[in-house]
Formats: sequence, structure tokens, C-alpha cells
Amino acid sequence: MSNAVSEASKPEKPLRTLDIVNAGLAKRYRAERRFRRLGLAAIIASLAFLSMLFADIFWKGHTAFRQTFIQLNILFDPELIDAENLAAADYNGFIRKALEREFPEVSGRGDRRELSQIVSPGAAFILQKQLRDNPELIGQTLPLWVPANDDVDMLMKGHIDRYAPEGERRLSDKQLAWLKRLEEQNKIQKKFNKTFFTAGDSREPELAGIWGATVGSLYTLFITLLLSFPIGVATAVYLEEFAPKNRWTDIIEVNINNLAAVPSIVFGLLGLAVFLNFFGMPRSAPTVGGLVLTLMTLPTIIIAGRAALKSVPPSIREAALGIGASKMQMVTHHVLPLAMPGMLTGTIIGMAQALGETAPLLMIGMVAFIVDIPGSFTDPSTVLPVQIYLWADSPERAFVERTSAAIMVLLAFLIAMNAVAVYLRKKFEHRW
Amino acid sequence: MTPITLLIIVLILSSVFYFVGRKRAFAVAGGKGARGLHSLPTYYGALTALWCAIPALLVFCLWQMFETAIVTNLVIRDLPDQIRMLPPERLGLVINDIRNLVSGNIVSGEIDPVMQMAADRYRNVQAISMAALTVIALALAVLAALFVRQKINPGMRARNHVETVVKIILILCSTIAVFTTVGIVLSVLYESIRFFKIIPLTDFLFGLEWSPQMAIRADQVGSSGAFGAIPVFLGTAMISVIALTVAVPIGLMSAIYLSEYAGKKFRDAAKPLMEILAGIPTVVYGFFAALTVAPFIRNSGGMLGMDISSESALAAGLVMGIMIIPFVSSLSDDVINAVPQALRDGAYGLGATRSETIRHVVIPAALPGIVGGILLAASRAIGETMIVVMAAGLSANLTANPLETVTTVTVQIVTLLVGDQEFDSPKTLAAFALGLVLFVITLCLNVIALHVVRKYREQYE
Repeated sequence: MSNAVSEASKPEKPLRTLDIVNAGLAKRYRAERRFRRLGLAAIIASLAFLSMLFADIFWKGHTAFRQTFIQLNILFDPELIDAENLAAADYNGFIRKALEREFPEVSGRGDRRELSQIVSPGAAFILQKQLRDNPELIGQTLPLWVPANDDVDMLMKGHIDRYAPEGERRLSDKQLAWLKRLEEQNKIQKKFNKTFFTAGDSREPELAGIWGATVGSLYTLFITLLLSFPIGVATAVYLEEFAPKNRWTDIIEVNINNLAAVPSIVFGLLGLAVFLNFFGMPRSAPTVGGLVLTLMTLPTIIIAGRAALKSVPPSIREAALGIGASKMQMVTHHVLPLAMPGMLTGTIIGMAQALGETAPLLMIGMVAFIVDIPGSFTDPSTVLPVQIYLWADSPERAFVERTSAAIMVLLAFLIAMNAVAVYLRKKFEHRW
Repeated sequence: MTPITLLIIVLILSSVFYFVGRKRAFAVAGGKGARGLHSLPTYYGALTALWCAIPALLVFCLWQMFETAIVTNLVIRDLPDQIRMLPPERLGLVINDIRNLVSGNIVSGEIDPVMQMAADRYRNVQAISMAALTVIALALAVLAALFVRQKINPGMRARNHVETVVKIILILCSTIAVFTTVGIVLSVLYESIRFFKIIPLTDFLFGLEWSPQMAIRADQVGSSGAFGAIPVFLGTAMISVIALTVAVPIGLMSAIYLSEYAGKKFRDAAKPLMEILAGIPTVVYGFFAALTVAPFIRNSGGMLGMDISSESALAAGLVMGIMIIPFVSSLSDDVINAVPQALRDGAYGLGATRSETIRHVVIPAALPGIVGGILLAASRAIGETMIVVMAAGLSANLTANPLETVTTVTVQIVTLLVGDQEFDSPKTLAAFALGLVLFVITLCLNVIALHVVRKYREQYE
């Protein structure tokens, strides 16, 4: 076709407009196609970023759900255990002895220390717990699976190069040889990493878990939901249904729109200056975190709530008023129930935002290193995103996979919440 | 009794009085049931319940606000003279120790008997205070509810009363947003003014050197603290510009494709997927930037023989750009859809191709809205914290090279305020000054952007 055009445009006769147009047509169509491809490329680019992000995190993190364990024949030596005071026994000693029985040829202090380093320093606590739960084990020899040190774990998962020169890897040649022997005897295995889902934070990657942060997140979100949902709904109802149109309500409206775009870290400054310094509330507490996140999510909930109220047609209101309902009855009995799905959707989206928020919580001290699982709303605690931030800063290689795994858990929560919001919207969506 | 238990008891009491009030209403109606009353019986119940809960809750809140201060003062009054005469900040430490003793987390090995006595006294006063609060709140709840119950008669306008109370609650809730803004402005401004009393405003705004580490002792060698914020501002600007150069073309082109070219099916699939990008927590982007993008840029730069910092502005900016793509695209999508179809039809009628229509008609018509959207995205980029905290550096370099390390306002706020701080050093106060600047700049951008977008909408409505 383009040939035909170019032949037709040969200037034999005086030029007609049509010829000029036809002459440029091929070029214009090319530009059209280019523009269109550019648009498609932009979308593909952003989706590619998205899949790259997910793939990267999955690739880095999927190994964290399995953890390397070493089987040791532990002898709970009755001479070394005081049955009255189980906590006082030297459990590290039991592990060392078990290792020495496994590798009788190892001698010398340095070598023995290296040998004991292949087992996690947390293994002693596991023995202690085992004994506390079953005191009859005293005097018995038991084959027990204890967690390996994080470097061993990394080696088993292929993150440490066996063939690198000895000085450049974190495990010595001797340790590699011992591990190889354990491997041949099938005494070193990867098992499901229960610790990751049940433990609090720890300096040792193999003992660190996300349960503490998850509980902290739950407490914080509970406070946020408890405060922001009623306040948000009340504000939306007042502004949409009752507020007179005057200067004061204008100020409130502009205010809410602006608050929605204030950087989250500024809310952290507010929390620090007002809640911590002025009111003297405890640092690192989920209560304060919940308060700050409430202020942060309120605009989202209010704006969504107003949109939901707006979508209820005026005929419903008029019908209610027509049969003698008061304005308050009209709102609470008719308008609010119809707007509720929309408000709930907005609230869930606001909660998802709050769950992923980190910066303001750094300001109010929720970045502390906290091992215990928080037990109340005022206990020092941390939240999932902050835990991710803390782990991302840790130098140990094993924390990289745990960070990615924690991100996967966080994203799973967020996706679940958003799926509920989408479901609610689809199920209760009304076209009036 | 803990405060939470007290709250729960008040709420239970209030719901009990709901039924009491309701029953009373039926009783006074004289056998005619609800028809003998001014309002529905539930309103009499609700009124009794409200009057039971509200005074008790008010007392509870006031008590909680002032309890700590009063208890502390009482304890200080009983301390030995030599402790009481300490300067305020030393006294604060002592109080802290006492509180630690009370809550049972003992820091030091041996306990000073004086401190132990003070702690006992503290616990004692606290217990008395809690008991007093319990008695007062519960008595008030019951008395107020009984009083209302007594007043119930068939002509009482219970519904109107309840509705007034509820409306007042609604109004109070809607003022919280205003109070939040006022709180932000006051708290940030107050600390900033303290900062500017130490460091002159001009030094802060126009100084070229930023190193906020202060010498703790007078004779200490080291930095005396320089608070010139220009390098910090420039770093913020550079990362934001990089982010916008990524986000604006991609976001705008995707919005154009989605609203002008894409079929319904493609649109329905692609739009939610792009919005996932907006829902990912920023800490995840930060991790991605610091552990994947930054090393990648560094390595590829190394292959080309360039020396790229591992905390380069480029990595943080790129990832931040990805984060704000959906922001730009959904805002532009809205404004492009608001352009009337008649404008497009006119252009098609003149023989323009689709892309020509878009470039010469739709975009110019939508431009104010698009600019508004970009301004909002810029304010987002300036205020973004986690990506830069994790992927950008701490040292404030005055540079225009995106491959070097720069720092931003938000990074500085976080590093200055995380951990223990004392509230009289310029180092801590500087964070609030930076916060003030951040708040003012983003506020201006937002106000302008919202104004532009609103004006634009009105134009076509």
C-alpha cells in the first residue's frame, strides 16, 4: 500500500491537498504504531518490574522455610544434672561431648572449638526445654536433631562456595570435612523451619523468627482498627450527611485531603513529640504505634467512607424521611447499612497501608531489638515491616533469606487483606 | 484493677443500664406500650446508657492524662532533700530509675534503699490513685444513670436527646483531622524554634556543610556540628528527579495506552496488576533497592570501568520511580478519562490519527490535571522514607553526580531520631527543623496540586 501511495504522490500534475496528505500518510501511520508500541512497552515495563521484584524476593527467600539440622546422640548425664535445678546444667557441655563422641579423632582446643561451632549456640536451650518437658530423660542417650549454625546452613543451601579458598569462606577446611562425614551418615538434614514461625527476634539467624513481630503487628493493627474505623465512619457521616456548608467544614475537608498526602514520617514526628514527650507514653509500645497509624490511616478511611455515602442515591434518603424518620434514623437505619460495604473496603485498604508502614514507627522507638513475644498492648514490641528493616541491615548472609521470607509473609497478609476488600466490593457492589 | 478492666466494667454497666432504661420506659408508659411514649423505648435505654458511660469515660480520660504527673510530684515531694535539689535533668534520671523499679525491670545490680523506698511509695500512690479512679468512675456512672432513669417519663424527648449527643460525638470526631494538623504544626514548629535559637535560620537554609554529630564534652576533638542543609536538600531533589524521570514517562504512557488504546479485557487485567505496585510496602522496595538494584548497578558500572558507590542515588531513585509509577498512571488515567469525547471526535473528524489526537488534543487538554498528578507524585517522592533509608547513604555530599552517595531529608530525620535522644541538643532538634521543611514543602505541593486538579475538573463538568 505504501508503494501505491508513493507512486501516486509523484509530482506530475499540480499538487492537490489529497496528494500531500497521502504523501505523509505512511510516516504518520508509522508514528502511530510507534506511539502505540511505546504505550504497550510502558505497561510491560512496569509489569516486568513487578514480576522482577516478586521473583527476586521469592528466589532469595524460599530457602528460609527449611533449616539445616544436625543429629547428635545427646547423653543427659545424671551426674551433671541437678534434678531440682534443671536450668543450671551445662547443656553446651552435653553438646560438646556428643560432638566429641561423633568425632573422637578431634583433639586440641582450637579444633574442638571449631567443631562445636557447627552447632547453633541456641541448641542448648532446645536441650533444656526438652529436659524440662520430660524429666525422665535424665541418664538416657537420645538421638536429637539440633539446629546447625547459620554458616553451616548457608553451606548446605549453596550460598557458601565450598571450593573458594579457605580464607575467603566462613567455614574452615576441617569443618567442611566433618560436615561431609555427617552428610554421608545422613546425620545432617534440612527440615521445615518451625523456629521461623514461632520465635521472636534473635542475633543468631537460625534462632530468629517472625512470630514476635507478627504479634506486635496484630496488637498495633488492633488498636488502629479500634480507633480509626469508628472515628473515620463518624467523620465521613458528619461531613457527608450533617455538616452545613460553611467555612469550618471547608477547612475540615481541605485538611483531610492534605493529611492524606502528608509524608508518613511526619506522623512519626508528631507521635514522638506529642505522645511520647508530652503525654509520656511508653516507647516501643503497640498502643502508641496504633495511635500514630490511626492518625495516618484516618484520611484514607474518611475519603473512602464519603465516597461510599455519596453513592447511596438520594431517593433512599427521601423515602426514609417521607415516612417520618428523623435525619439520624435515616442515616443509621438506611444510608449507613447501604454504604457499609464501601466503608469496610476502604477500612481494609487503610489497614493494609498501616500494616506495611515502617517510617513513623521508627520514630516512636519500635525499632528496638526485642526477643520476647509481646504479651500486652504496652509491652515493647516491633512490627513486621520494622523487623524486615532490622534484618535487612544485619550483616549475616543467613538474614538475607530470612528477610525475604519475612517479606513473603508480609505480602501474603497484604494480598489476603486486599483480596477480602476486592471480594467485598464485588459482592456488595450496587449499581443504582 | 487495670485501666482496661475498668473500661470494660464501665461498658458492661452501660449496656446493663440500657435495659434498665428501656424497662423503665415501658413501666412509665402505663400499659400502652411504645405508643404511650414520645420516643421509641430503645431511645430511653440508649439515653440511660449514654449518661452512664460518658461522665465515667471523661473522668477516666482526664485521670489517665494527669495521673503520671501527679503521682510523680507526690513521690518527688517525699524524696530526701539532696535528691530533690538536683538539677531537673538529673532528677529526671532518678524518676526514671524509680519507674523502672516499679515496673520490675531492674537495671543496676544493687538497689539503693532510698530508691527502693521511693519505688514503694510510687507503687503505693499509684494503687491509691487507681482505687480512687475506680470508685469515682463507677459511682459517677451508676449515679448518672440512676438520675436519668428517675427522670424518664412518657413525655420525655429521649430521641432528640440521644440524637443531639450522637451528633456532638460526630462533630468531635470530625475535628480530629484538624487537631492532627494543628498537632503536627505545633509540635514540629515548637522544636524547630528551639533549634533556630541555637542555629540561625540562615545558616540552616543556606549552609553548605551538614555534619550533625555534636561533641558531647567541651574538650572533645571532632566535629562541632554543622547544620547547613543545602546538601541534604540537593540530595533529596536529585533522588526525586531521578524517580520522576523514571515514573512520569512510564506512568503517563501506560495511562495513555490503558485509557485510549487498550481493550476492556486488557484494561481490567493490567490495571489491578499495576496497582499492586502501589500496595507493596516501601520497606520491601528498600530491600530490593539495597540488595538487588544497588549491587547490580555497581557491578555493571564496574564492568564499564566506572566507580559507582554502593549507595548511589541512582539505585534509590530508580526503585522509588518504580514505586510511584502507579501513582502517576492512575492520576493521569483519571484526568485523561475526564477529557470530553467531543474533543477527540473533533480531531478524528479533521483526519488526525489516534496518536496525533492524543498528542495534540487530549494531552494539552488534560495537561493541568497531569501536572497536578506529577506534583503529587513529587511530594510523594520527597517524603518517601524507607527506600532512601535503606538504599541511600548517610553522608551529605554536595554533588550532582547520581552515581555518588547522597543523603535526603527523610534519611537524616530517621538517623537523628532513632535510638535514645536528649531533647536539648541541636542534633535532635535539627530533625524537627528538617521535618518542618519537609512538611511545608509537601504541603505546598499538595495544595497547589489539589487546587490545579480541582480547577481542571470544574472546567469540563
